[in-house]
Amino acid sequence: MNDQTLTIYQQMLNKGYDRRDFLRFCGWMGALIGVEASGVGRIVHALETKPRTPVVWFHFQECTCCSESFIRSSHPIVGDIVLDKISLDYTETLQAAAGKQAEEALHETMKKYKGEYLMLVEGSVPTEENGVYCCIAGRSALDIVKEAAADAKAIVAWGSCASNGCIQAANPNPTGATPIHKIISGKPIINVPGCPPIGEVMAGTIVHLLAFDRIPQLDGLGRPKAFYSRRVHDTCYRRPNYDAGLFVESFDDENAKRGYCLYKVGCRGPVTYNSCGVIRWNNGVSYPIQSGHGCIGCSEANFWDNGPFYQHLASFPGFGIETTADKIGVAVGAATLAGMAAHSITTNIRKRREIKESIANSKTDKEGGA
Amino acid sequence: MHTATIRRYYVWQMPVRVYHWVNALCILSLCITGYLIGSPLAIQSGSEASFGYWFGTVRFIHFVSAFVFFFNFVGRIYWGFVGNKYAQWKNFIWHRKEQVKEIVDVLKVDILQAKIGPLKSIGHNTLASFTYFLSFLAFLFQCMTGFGMYAAMSHAWLPQMFAWVVPLMGGDFAVRQWHHLTMWFFILFSIVHVYLVFYHDYVEGRGVLSSMVGGWKFIEEEKK
Repeated sequence: MNDQTLTIYQQMLNKGYDRRDFLRFCGWMGALIGVEASGVGRIVHALETKPRTPVVWFHFQECTCCSESFIRSSHPIVGDIVLDKISLDYTETLQAAAGKQAEEALHETMKKYKGEYLMLVEGSVPTEENGVYCCIAGRSALDIVKEAAADAKAIVAWGSCASNGCIQAANPNPTGATPIHKIISGKPIINVPGCPPIGEVMAGTIVHLLAFDRIPQLDGLGRPKAFYSRRVHDTCYRRPNYDAGLFVESFDDENAKRGYCLYKVGCRGPVTYNSCGVIRWNNGVSYPIQSGHGCIGCSEANFWDNGPFYQHLASFPGFGIETTADKIGVAVGAATLAGMAAHSITTNIRKRREIKESIANSKTDKEGGA
Repeated sequence: MHTATIRRYYVWQMPVRVYHWVNALCILSLCITGYLIGSPLAIQSGSEASFGYWFGTVRFIHFVSAFVFFFNFVGRIYWGFVGNKYAQWKNFIWHRKEQVKEIVDVLKVDILQAKIGPLKSIGHNTLASFTYFLSFLAFLFQCMTGFGMYAAMSHAWLPQMFAWVVPLMGGDFAVRQWHHLTMWFFILFSIVHVYLVFYHDYVEGRGVLSSMVGGWKFIEEEKK
C-alpha cells in the first residue's frame, strides 16, 4: 500500500483539502493542545514530513461512545484523515475487513511496526474467570491487550472504561472490569477519561502524539494536562453564582430558571477534571451545566458509585440510599449529648458523698491552718 | 484529721496554652465554614451574582483558618521536643506499664464513676494523651485531604506538597467525602473533650479547667 509512506499532509491533498485547510487544522489543533504560537509551526512541519504512525484501536468492554464522540469532532479532518485514512490498521467497529482478514491486518501491523505503533484502547478489560467475559477471535481481551501492549510505542486509554473502569467496574463489578493502567506496566499510558471524552480532546491527544513524537504532559492520574488540569467548576460560566452563594435548590424552582449554580443539586463540577466548560460538546454548542443539569463527573473514577447524582454528598454505605455522613454525624452527636446529660446526672448521684467529704475537708484545712 | 496540702504545679507553658486556644478557634471556624461549604444556606433573593460574594468569603475564611491551623500544629510538634516534661511528645503514646494501668483507672473514673484516689499524671492523663494523639492523626488527615483538594486552585508550595493525596484516594470526590466525614470526628471530639474537662475539674478539684488559661494545676499532697 503506498498509503503507508505518505505523510498526513500528502494524504490530505489527495483527499481534496488544500493547504489553507491544512494550516487551519494545524492552528486549531495547536490551540487545542495548548502549544505556544511557535509550536504550531512544529505541528505543520511534523504533519508535512513524518510518515504515518500506524495505529491499532481495540474495543473491549465498552459502548463505542468514544468512537462516536471522536468522529463527531468539530473539524472534518479529524474523522477524514486521522481516523479514516492515516492511522487505523485495525479497529473492530470501523474497518471493512472482518474475521481472518481483520486478524491478519492486526498481526501484520504488530509484526511490521514492532515498537512503533500506537495502541488505542476503548473499554475496560474483564479479569474474572480468566477474562472470559470479553473474547475476540477466540481470545480473551486480557490476552490481546497484553500481547499488543508488549510491542506498542505508547498506549492511549480512551474513555472512562479504559482509564478507570467506568460503569462496568462499579460495585460489585461482577466481571472484574479493570482499566488498562492496572494491567499493563512499563509502557507510557495516556488516560483520556470521560464517558465519552470530548472529540476534540481525543483528536488533540492523537495529534500531539503524531506531531511531537512524545506523550503530552500528564497529571498524577496519567491524563493530559492540557485538557484535564482544571475542574469543570473552574471554567464554568455559572461559577460567579457559586461564589455569590446563589444556588438552585430544586430543578423546578425560580433559582433554576435564573441559571444559578447547581452545586446543591449534586453537580460534580467541583470534583471533576475535564474541559467541558471550555471546549463544550457538539461543536461547542453546549455542555450539561449549560443545559441546566449538573455535571455527573463521568470522567472521574468511581463516579457511578458516588451517587446519587442529585445530592451533594454520597450516601453512606450501609445506611440506606439517602443517608449522608451529615445525618449520621448529627445522630451520633445527639446520642453523645444525651449520654453526657445522663453521665452528669449519675456523677452527682454517685459522687455525692465524695464531693461532700472534700468540701468538709477543705473547711477543716482552713481551720487547721489558721 | 485530714493533713493534705495543695501544691501548685506550672504545667502548661505559654506556647502550649496559645496553641490550645488558637487550635480551638481554628477548629471552630473550620467546622462552621466547612459545614456551610458542604451545605450552603438557601438564599432566594433573586439577585445577580455580581452583587454578592458571601460563599467566596466563607471559603476564604475556611482556607485562611486551615493555614493557621496547619502552622499552629507544626508549632506544637516542635514544642513537643523542646517544651517541658508535660508537653513532651513521649506523653502522647503510652509506653510504660503503669500508664496502661492509668488508662484502666481513667476508664473506671469516667465510665464506671468509681472512686480510686487521685491519678498519678499531673499533665494529661494517659488516656487523654492517647486521645490527643489520635486527634493529631485526624489533624494530619484533614491537612492532607484539605490541602490536597486545595492544590487544584493554588500553586503555592504548601498545598502542592499534598497534591499526591488526590490520585492516591481515587479522585476529588472521595477526598471530599472523607474530609467531610472527618469533620464529624472534630465535632464529636470537641463535645466529649469539653464535657470531660468539666467533669474532671468537678470530681478531682485540681483546676484542670483553668489550667489551660493560667497554666497552673493544684495537686493535693500528703504531708510528710
